[in-house]
Parts: sequence; structure tokens; C-alpha cells
Amino acid sequence: MTTTTERDTHTAGDADTGRARSTQSTRRTGRAAGRGLAAHQEREAGAPGVTREAYRDRLMELLPDDPRLMCLDTDTGLFGPRHTEAAGERYVNLGIAEHNLMGIAAGLASLGRMPFVNTMAGFASARALEAVKVDIAYPELPVRIMATHGGLAAGHLGPTHQALEDLTVMRALPTMTVVVPADAAATAGVVEQSRDLPGPMYVRLGRKATPAVPCDEPAVIGRAQLLRPGTDVVLVGCGPHPVTACTEAAELLAARGVSACVLNMHTLRPLDTETLLGASADASLVVTVEEHWRSGGLGGAVCEALAETRPTRVLRIGMPDRFSDTAGSQQYLLDRYGITAERTAATVMEALEGPAAGRAPAGT
Amino acid sequence: MTTTLPRARRTTDLDALRERATRIREHVADMCAGPEGGHLGGAYSATEIMTALYFDVMNVYPDRPDAPERDRFVLSKGHAAVGLYATLAERGYFPVGELDTYARPGSRLLGHPVRAVEGVEAATGSLGHGLALGCGFALGTRLEGRDSRTFVLMGDGELQEGSVWEAAIGAASLGLDRLVAVVDRNSLQLTGPTDGIAAMEPLADRWRSFGWAVREFDGHDLGELTEALGSAPWEPGRPSVVIARTTKGHGLPFLEGRPACHYVTFSERNLAKARAVLRRSGEGVRSTEEDRTTGKEDEK
Repeated sequence: MTTTTERDTHTAGDADTGRARSTQSTRRTGRAAGRGLAAHQEREAGAPGVTREAYRDRLMELLPDDPRLMCLDTDTGLFGPRHTEAAGERYVNLGIAEHNLMGIAAGLASLGRMPFVNTMAGFASARALEAVKVDIAYPELPVRIMATHGGLAAGHLGPTHQALEDLTVMRALPTMTVVVPADAAATAGVVEQSRDLPGPMYVRLGRKATPAVPCDEPAVIGRAQLLRPGTDVVLVGCGPHPVTACTEAAELLAARGVSACVLNMHTLRPLDTETLLGASADASLVVTVEEHWRSGGLGGAVCEALAETRPTRVLRIGMPDRFSDTAGSQQYLLDRYGITAERTAATVMEALEGPAAGRAPAGT
Repeated sequence: MTTTLPRARRTTDLDALRERATRIREHVADMCAGPEGGHLGGAYSATEIMTALYFDVMNVYPDRPDAPERDRFVLSKGHAAVGLYATLAERGYFPVGELDTYARPGSRLLGHPVRAVEGVEAATGSLGHGLALGCGFALGTRLEGRDSRTFVLMGDGELQEGSVWEAAIGAASLGLDRLVAVVDRNSLQLTGPTDGIAAMEPLADRWRSFGWAVREFDGHDLGELTEALGSAPWEPGRPSVVIARTTKGHGLPFLEGRPACHYVTFSERNLAKARAVLRRSGEGVRSTEEDRTTGKEDEK
């Protein structure tokens, strides 16, 4: 089921360091991104892209003409001189100091700026959480927390660098908009749209190339994308790998005579309850798929919305309730912990026909 | 980088400032006689600092609290909110009478500063946040090309938060010389002497080693405060910090320097006594033995 993944496209080079990378795919997506519009068109045509690079490139394109925009970095290696040369003092590398990052961003936002802050998702959500709560969310300041290495994206580095609680905690903060773009083109769109949204925003990004998500409509913050109509079950995904897993699972289910609707729920807060209820009106089952602990994130949000309105059985696919104990690429870990198309399809078949109908893959 | 020279010093009427400080302390005492009491000790140690800033040093416009050219003040030790509210009311940001609502149901005067109150620049009180906020203000005003200054008041116990030192590094690295920090060095935190809990000394050297220009003096001396704060930045390209040696609860001999003054709930009787003591000491009269022993039952 794996189509284009980091395992396929990246065999060497670590983007964390910001040093030159050498793989075929990175040359294509990374350099193309630097060309701006052409790169976005390339992505829209279906090429894989790196969400964090799409964010970087779009922000640097928009920044010179929008004096509100600033970019505050924490030595992430995402931005080099060739990206920031036009930004001048509006790009600042503050060093490895996430709490300070959030405080300075809040101060700047109080003065009418719109800071985009970069750090890894695990640190933005856990280490700096109190500053996010008190300095940014409470006064409703328009800080954009651009959290890279979301989910298992830094999987091989272990649980310290995996961010599997970030959606729970950010979704818990009043005033916070929480978005997980499913691909690079959507990420560029989120950067643009965020300029018109008041209040703070948390945007979870990845680390390496992921496939383009085919959809006729652009991703609009706050509005779920209907990727595939269906009547029997609704598959709800958020983030690049889970959304791909949902679309591929829908194909597997179609082959077994099950009609699956697929939603890309890229915005967790505010949740597009209307689209969710509409899509699941006649369905007997909703399955959520996320690169996150099974509690509190997408699955939690969907359960809350349905339980309050029209209780429907919801099964949640996500990281099981234990810290990862193995090295391996993001795709390896997704496979190991069952955040896959096969597991999603099997979960649906088990629910519809009983355990004999489907078998979960090993290791889950 | 901003290296504007300090403005010409105004002639400061220190007696008028002292009278103002006494009135601020009286307001705080009144608030601490309300239903919830209040953080009297830390407000009193910082009274002269806030008085100097709001009545002599800072360019502020109470009728236009959001004037973009204003100087900014961040009360990082947000539990001293009663002192900030009293100062803002005295300065004319809102009616003094509103102080009577402090901590009462429906009041916007919460136990820690909130932005809903005119003149409050940031919601603070979770400790260790204010200096980073101040860095953001200072960086933002520099980008605007203004010579506005940002003042951040921190408690010395607050320096135990690591985030303070993240911000200290950041301010020096960014060369934020329009940023002025004041450490209210009252040497006492909730449960005891600060240095007995986590060593702070050599405090001036610590700041110096982080790249700050440092001055140290009596934080109840309005003459020194107005001169030092008014003349910052002292070194171009460096943020400035005053280590202001103060006494927690300063102004009420029966409470000052004692851990119990951290949070006080006055009875009506002891409020009257406190006000009488403040009046006398505010006018330069030595405190009496009775002043030093009154009010023990009010401590908590």
C-alpha cells in the first residue's frame, strides 16, 4: 500500500541539520520549492512535497510584502541564508529556547506583528506549553506556531522527539486554531489563509516528503475536505500519512463491496462538525486515523462531536498507549503501530462482519 | 541598533513622589482588607520602583493607554498586581474608586494583571514570563524605529525560573538596549529567604556575565531609582538591569522582612492601624514599638 514515502524517496541526508541533502526526491521538491509559484503548481500536479519546506518557502515569499509577518526560529536548521536574505531583521534565530520563543512572539504580536515561530512539535506542545497558554492563547494573540516533526516524523530519534500529544494539548486551549495540513500545497495555503485569521494558531508539519492529496477543492482552514463519497462507513484522517491511509483503505474496502467516505479533517479546532455529521448521516461506523495517541486528538474530537449530536460508533486508529521502543523510519513505525491502510480496512471489516473478516497486521 | 541618548532629565520632586508612594501603599492596604486579601509584601517592596516609573521615568499617556509611542511596563512578578492596580489608578488610567472592587465577584481586577485593565500590557503572574515578553516589546519597537523603552519588573525568587535566563540570553544577543529590567531584590519568597532556598549571589555578576549592564542600589530610594531608570540605556547595545535591594512589606514595620507579609488579609481594625503607620512613616516619622507589633493575627 505504500506509495511515496520517506523510505522510498529519502535514503540519505538529514534535514534536521539544514545541510545540503542529496536524494533524488529532495532535489526535486526542495529546489523546486525555492522557485515559488512553479513549485506549488508542481505539487498540485501530484508531486510529493515536504510540508515544512512548503511553509518556509511560502512564508518567505509573503514576508517582504506584508510588514506584519516575522519569522522566529529556534536553531531548527529549516531556514538558511538563501531563504531569509530578503527578510532582514524580520527573521530571527533565537537559539534553543522555546519558552523565550513564545514570550518574544507574544510581545511582538502585542505590537501588531504576526510572528511565525518554528520549533519541533514535541517542544512547542510540551516544553513551551505554559508560555503558549499564558502569553499567546489567553490574550488571543496572532502567533503562528509552526511545529515541525509532528507525530512520528522524527521516529528514529525516539519518544523524546516524537510528538504524539500535541493535538490534544493544543486543542485544549481556548482561542487556538489547530491545523494539520495533509500535504505541501495545503500547507502553503494555510500560511496564506492564516494572515486573515485572528488569534493564535498551531500548525503541525512533517519532516520529509509526503504524497500530494488529490482534491478538487483547496484546503480551507476550518472546513473538512471530502476526498471520496461513500455511504457505509466514514474514514476520517488528519495529517499526510493518515489521510493517505484512509484513501487507500477506501480502495481496499471498495474491492470488498464496502462504500467508504473519506474526509480529510485537517482542522481539529474548530472542528467541522457540519461536514462530519453530513458525511456520516447514513453510516453505521466512523473510523478515525491519526499519527497521534489514540486519545485526545482527532479521534477524541470526532467522538465528542458525534456523541453530543448523533451517537455513531467510532473506532480510533492511532498510536497505541505506549511509548515507542524501537528505532526505524516514520513509515516503519507507522506500519509497526498499525497506522496504515490495511489496518484501517481490517478494522472496518471486523466491525461490519466480526473478527474473522479481517486480521490486523503483525505488531499492532 | 538603537543608541539614542537618554533624554534630558526632568527635575524630580522627590517629596511628591514619596507622597504618591504612600498613597499607593494605602490603596494596597485597602485592597488587602477585601474578601480575599492580597500579596502585600511584594507590592510594598516594589512600590517605589513602580512609582518612579509611572510618575517620573516612563512616557505614558493614561488618556491614550495604547499610544504607540508609549514606554511599556511588564509586571513579571504578577502577584504584585495590587501594587500595579494602585499605581495605574493613581496615575489616572481608571478611577481610584474601582480599586474597591478588587477580587470581588464580577470585578475585572483579578489577583494577577489582566489586559482588560487600562494600562496593563500583559497578563502575567506565572513567573518567568515577563522578560521574554519584554524582549518582544523591545524588539517590536526597535523594528518600528521608535526609541520607546520597555521596563520589566521581576522578583528575585522569580529568577529561579530557567526561562528568565533564556530571555536574558536573547535580550543581550539581540542587543536590546531599550530594554530595562528591575530585579526587586527583597530576598524573601513565600516560604523563606530566597538565598536559603536557591542561591542567587553573586547576582550582579550573573547578569553581567549574560551581557547586561548592571547597577545595584537601594530600591526604596526614589532619587536613585529615577536617576538610574531615567538614564537607561547605560551602555549602547546592552540591555540594562537594576538590582534594587528592597524589603518585603516595606512601610509596615510589623510586617516588613517577614515571610508572613507575602500574603495578607487585614481586619478592619488592623487596616486602620496600618494606614496610620503608613501616614506616619510616609511623613518621615519613626515607627513606634506598637507599629512593629500590631497585626500579627492578620498574617497568613
